Amino acid sequence: MQNHPVYTDNDPQNEPSTLNLGPTHPATHGVFQNVLQMDGERIISGVSTIGYIHRAFEKIAEHRPFYQITPLTDRLNYCSSPINNMGWHMTVEKMLGIAMPKRVDYLRVIIMELARISDHIICNGVLGVDTGAFTGFLYMMEHREAIYEIYEEVCGSRLTTNIGRIGGFERNFNTIAFNKLRKFLVDFPPVLKEFESLFNRNRIFVDRTRDVAAVTAEDAIAYSWSGPLLRAAGVDYDVRAMNPYSSYEDFDFEIPVGDNGDVYSRFLVRNEEMKQSLRIIEQALVKLEKEPTDIFHADVPEFYLPPKEEVYNNMEALIYHFKIVMGEIPTPNTEVYHSVEGANGELGFYLVNDGGRSPYRLHFRRPSFINYQMYAPMSKGMLLSDAIINMSSLNVIAGELDA
Amino acid sequence: MGKITNEELLQSINSKFEGQVTVIGEPYGLLTLETNPESIIALLGFIKTDPALQFIYLTDITAIHYPEQEKTIGVIYHIHSLVNNVRVRIKVFIDGDNCHIPTATTVWEGANWMERETYDLFGVIFDGHPDLRRILNVDDMTAFPMRKEFPLEDPNRVDKKDYFFGR
Repeated sequence: MQNHPVYTDNDPQNEPSTLNLGPTHPATHGVFQNVLQMDGERIISGVSTIGYIHRAFEKIAEHRPFYQITPLTDRLNYCSSPINNMGWHMTVEKMLGIAMPKRVDYLRVIIMELARISDHIICNGVLGVDTGAFTGFLYMMEHREAIYEIYEEVCGSRLTTNIGRIGGFERNFNTIAFNKLRKFLVDFPPVLKEFESLFNRNRIFVDRTRDVAAVTAEDAIAYSWSGPLLRAAGVDYDVRAMNPYSSYEDFDFEIPVGDNGDVYSRFLVRNEEMKQSLRIIEQALVKLEKEPTDIFHADVPEFYLPPKEEVYNNMEALIYHFKIVMGEIPTPNTEVYHSVEGANGELGFYLVNDGGRSPYRLHFRRPSFINYQMYAPMSKGMLLSDAIINMSSLNVIAGELDA
Repeated sequence: MGKITNEELLQSINSKFEGQVTVIGEPYGLLTLETNPESIIALLGFIKTDPALQFIYLTDITAIHYPEQEKTIGVIYHIHSLVNNVRVRIKVFIDGDNCHIPTATTVWEGANWMERETYDLFGVIFDGHPDLRRILNVDDMTAFPMRKEFPLEDPNRVDKKDYFFGR
């Protein structure tokens, strides 16, 4: 939070002007409003207004059985919905004490890392667009499409994926999915390299982003930042490394950290994370070769929805299907907090269960919501054009902000 | 990176807050404590600044409504010691009709919006909060929607009455 020239009485227009940045301004990439008091191009103060797409997911979740909450989590961070889906499945599995076969864990890791890459593609691509460089965005976007095609092969949908089930995946990965994944691993790294060569030492880009919105590690922790933003400020906190889930402890990867938390460091951290994600996916593919190829869910018939053809043709599957859908299966009376490393930071699920078919209370710890609260205070004294870039690099997703 | 156990953490807290803190349990390895509104801020400040504990990271603040209990609102804090990689959950139960609790913004700036959200959804008033307004819902709303008595759907809707469906 840097010092800014104080508005003086000698100025010809001696009162600040009010500027509504948003709620539907194209540069905000989502529905959020900031009412800014401006001294020319400089921001004197700002007030953030959020809640434009608040859909009361926590309330709805109290009235839905566990497996119907997955589609709600899709709509939190819709740029990387598989991470949200998996996080929710793992929360319920943790509560029920279900252990996953290694192959399911590795498949989940692949999907989650693809989601992280697709989220970072958007964020860094759009950061380029906001600084006036459209090319990089278009190069990268093609490969987000490749990721979405992999999702399509695995679960049938692209954006709001509803991928997987409590207890595993709804179906096994087919050969097309693996082929597309391998093709992606070959095609994407050179494009990422090209993208970096367009930006990393580009004079215009560096001038626009270096030392803009720098945040100290102390401030970042005091504001409970997490994810790439916290790491760009120099704190090596990553849930994947600190509290490994889904067998992340089996993988060899690095946690990139930045130096001063400015927009440029965040950009570099995200690019590096994409490379680490590619590394993880490659390792996962190697590990998968040693696992039996027909396992894609845990053996928990009380909680894993059976495939539809089984339900129609097999008495046992029909019984379990009925019991799951009607909520006839007892669940523990307990509370559990589980967090995963979402693309924006620590995505937590606090689930309080009373043994019924739906949660007694479900709270989402949404990284965008918590990261964004520093935006107005940190914009003080900033130029408007810098504030736009800052917002872009915070990667606030409206769905996750409002829940 | 020295890891402290839940017993050591509890011992350390008990030495400072004897009688103020009770243990609720350890579900899934996460130590869950209960305290009262008078000592919550001192407790948060203590575990944050104590050099052996260093719970410097506020993960989350939220609340739960238990209409059957005597003290109906539970405010839940999740705190994480990034140094020791240990988490702790602290609960404070308060009266639902007159729910006041001191603000944690004096300990962490990041508590600001978490408390505003909790106020917005449950009506918990955080005394001393710099800007306690609604955050997700509209300002002129009067109800606190995450309380259990608030219906999920508008009770005045007529298009979903049972007699339309022959029930």
